[in-house]
Amino acid sequence: MLLGIAWLVPLASFTLIVLFGPRMGKHGVGAAYLATSAIVIGLVCSLIALAGWLGKYGFSSAPHEAEIAASTDDGAEGHGTAGHAAEGHHAAGGEEHGRPLGKPVAYTADWYTLGEFGSLKISISYYIDALTVAMFAMVTLIASCIHFYAIGYMHDELHDVTDHEVTLSDGHHLHRPGRFHRFFQYLSLFCFSMLGLVYAGNILMVFVFWELVGICSYFLIGFYIERKSASNAANKAFIVNRVGDFGMIIGMMALWSGLGTFAFGDIEDADGNVRPGIFSLVRDPAHGFELAVPDRMVRAAAFDNVDEVVVDHAGNPDRLAPESEIESRLPSWRAEHYGYWLLVIAGVGIFCGCVGKSAQFPLHVWLPDAMEGPTPVSALVHSATMVAAGVYLTGRFYPVFTPEARLVIAYTGGITLLLAATIAITATDIKRVLAYSTVSQLGYMMLALGVGGWIAGLFHLITHAFFKSLLFLCSGSVIHACHTNEMPRMGGLRKKMPWTAYTMLAGCLAIIGAGLPPLFGFWPFGFGLSGFYSKDSIIAQAYSFWTENPTHGAFLFAAAAGGASMTAFYMFRLWFMTFAGPPRDHHVYEHAHESPKIMYVPLVILAVFACCIGWTIRGTWSVTNLIEQARWPGEAGVGVLLPSLVYPNEHLSHGHEIHLVAGFTAFSTALGGLLLAVIFYGVRWLNPGEVRQQFAPVYTFLLNKWYFDELYDLLFVRPAHFVALIIAWFDKKVIDGFIDNLARWTRGVATIDDMIDRYFVDGLVNLTAAWTYSLGQSFRGLQTGKLRQYVMLIVIGTVALTVIINFAAAR
Amino acid sequence: MNPLAEPIGISHFMVVGAIMFVSGVVCMAAKRNALGVLMGIELVLNGANVNFVALSSDFLRGNPADGLGLDGQFIALFVIVLAAAEAAVALAIVLNFYNNHATIDVDRADELKG
Repeated sequence: MLLGIAWLVPLASFTLIVLFGPRMGKHGVGAAYLATSAIVIGLVCSLIALAGWLGKYGFSSAPHEAEIAASTDDGAEGHGTAGHAAEGHHAAGGEEHGRPLGKPVAYTADWYTLGEFGSLKISISYYIDALTVAMFAMVTLIASCIHFYAIGYMHDELHDVTDHEVTLSDGHHLHRPGRFHRFFQYLSLFCFSMLGLVYAGNILMVFVFWELVGICSYFLIGFYIERKSASNAANKAFIVNRVGDFGMIIGMMALWSGLGTFAFGDIEDADGNVRPGIFSLVRDPAHGFELAVPDRMVRAAAFDNVDEVVVDHAGNPDRLAPESEIESRLPSWRAEHYGYWLLVIAGVGIFCGCVGKSAQFPLHVWLPDAMEGPTPVSALVHSATMVAAGVYLTGRFYPVFTPEARLVIAYTGGITLLLAATIAITATDIKRVLAYSTVSQLGYMMLALGVGGWIAGLFHLITHAFFKSLLFLCSGSVIHACHTNEMPRMGGLRKKMPWTAYTMLAGCLAIIGAGLPPLFGFWPFGFGLSGFYSKDSIIAQAYSFWTENPTHGAFLFAAAAGGASMTAFYMFRLWFMTFAGPPRDHHVYEHAHESPKIMYVPLVILAVFACCIGWTIRGTWSVTNLIEQARWPGEAGVGVLLPSLVYPNEHLSHGHEIHLVAGFTAFSTALGGLLLAVIFYGVRWLNPGEVRQQFAPVYTFLLNKWYFDELYDLLFVRPAHFVALIIAWFDKKVIDGFIDNLARWTRGVATIDDMIDRYFVDGLVNLTAAWTYSLGQSFRGLQTGKLRQYVMLIVIGTVALTVIINFAAAR
Repeated sequence: MNPLAEPIGISHFMVVGAIMFVSGVVCMAAKRNALGVLMGIELVLNGANVNFVALSSDFLRGNPADGLGLDGQFIALFVIVLAAAEAAVALAIVLNFYNNHATIDVDRADELKG
């Protein structure tokens, strides 16, 4: 498969750079070309795959036809997708009929089985549906642009670098060799991990790549490792993510114990048996894809009752009797909600991982700190890879989420969205504004997913990826030119760097969802930049959710609408402060310059996509219709805890009255925020400084990021340090003391041993030697060398012997 | 009884042998000339030979059927051969000693003393 190649090429590039990086051209410049060509090959493969997919399935969502028809009975005819589906159905041809109705098209199989333990199968597998294809195209496209951009941005690293932000103990600045190749090596690994995550066919493989993405972000955030802040930020990102991953592991365990499989889709093995995947188990096609607790999960949760049945039948000779009894009692157990909570835990657990990765409240603290990495990394982390992974996984696991889990997702998203937007208003670091903006937009996506807007959320993921990478690269270009991150020192840069300024303007307009709302049937769809469509559909879905659930919907809709206006405000605050008005710092202004071509050409490409990725061409060709193909049909059912919660069908949000309200809400809030920004920073009718003084407590509160860092410091970091201190003391005093004493004892014993050896054993040997020596010495005089003396001695000796023997014999 | 009047018996031979042995030993112990010492050795050996031959006479043998009755003579022959070999080696040593030290005084040959 082409996507497989696209996935593995960055890995090859990473391996090559690891092995030969420093030797590639001057200062490893070849590494950049290798990594870039690898990702471009990936891009080409992905685009071919996308074209192939479109050629086969078009933009239709034919499988949902029946469902849509059923769900739109109440007259709120989904004017968009249902109509398109009918058109697309003809284009797609008759092969659609071969598949079971309703199940989304997905190719899934095992590539390689790593191990099989009972029914636990660990394998490298893939699950490719329309969402995978779309994600591949998006990730590789953005990553390619960022690679090109990074060649320009990172050129400082080509020679030795003096880091002015690091002061060594001797007062000099740190001087180190450039790390150009290492940067591209990590970028390649990053792309590989992200593509693998999207490609993965089972949750275990997702987890592996999930962690790989985490470690890559750790490397890249800590790229300027010598700076204390960078290494702290890298640690923070990694540790905060671990918290989320712990939840994810719990979710995986719940899924495993309940379902006995990690695979997403149904995999046919060599014998032709089909092993159903998680999705088909949870949403059985035989029951209209309604979310239901699978039998196995019920049994796993009701293990007490199962034991009871088995014990009752202990004396029964029929071995199958307990089994059939359990079978017969399963429906009643299910009615008592056995296993349902397991499913909730699974959903919330998986979502916990996504909270960590996508920087949702309360684990959002790492993302702004991740700004310490080089800007291309920020762009990659914030758009296509790291944070997108969380939203992607939430979207991928959407069929598994129960209504309760969805509500958790929605509230998390809503809180995050407001929280981050308010912080972004006061931040002055250009990258931090964008970082909080990312957190806020991710909140939007989660909110959309939580209120049932599956397509809206994922659509926003893709549009957001384009304009956020654009915005980050623009900010990188500004930083590159000004050598500062602080917006108060910028201003008026529009004249110096027009390309950057106007592409960034396009990005800002896209993110605030600029566009004309539908005008009373005269212009039914409205027209705008990509953000307009995706944000519009989120707000529409939130509104539609509100109409169904007045209690929960109000906050969520308010969050979405309020967030929209705040987005407009802070984005244009950023733009005006940076590019408009008179220059605030003349030194910075004088030195500013437009970036080289290799940096602004990707900006233009991304700007084009940021504008038009959301467009619907010829009524059918749109990203939403493509993603729609991957949607798992059926509804989440009725929640146990919240039976009143109703999820409106997503197509209903296209209904005219809902769409109209939502469209105008989005338009007016965005316009309001924009006007406010113009008043404050564009034409300066109001002085921001005065307003700041008037609302000083609020301002300080927001400037300090709601004191989250301080709170976590107090709640987790300090106690952890304290516990660590105690443990260190224990380690040092008790364990080390014990070991030291042991060593001392051993040494004492060894000394005694040594004395015995030296004086006793050696003495014995020496004594023998001394005796032998003295004996030899005393016999030495006997050997005179005089021959005649010898003869005499022999004679005398012989005579003496004879005499003695004779006397002895005589006696 | 006059011993000279008696017929010659084994004791006569043994007396001759003893005299030869003792004069050989004395010669070895007293001579400083290496050649004299060698002569003394010859005397000792030949004294022993006389004893061997004398003691192997029929007179002393219990049962003549036990053998040819020539044991002593054989041993004497071996001793003569050994003596010849030994004399050859010893003369070679003496010759070399003379070449190195220009003397054959055995008292001067004390280089092997302890």
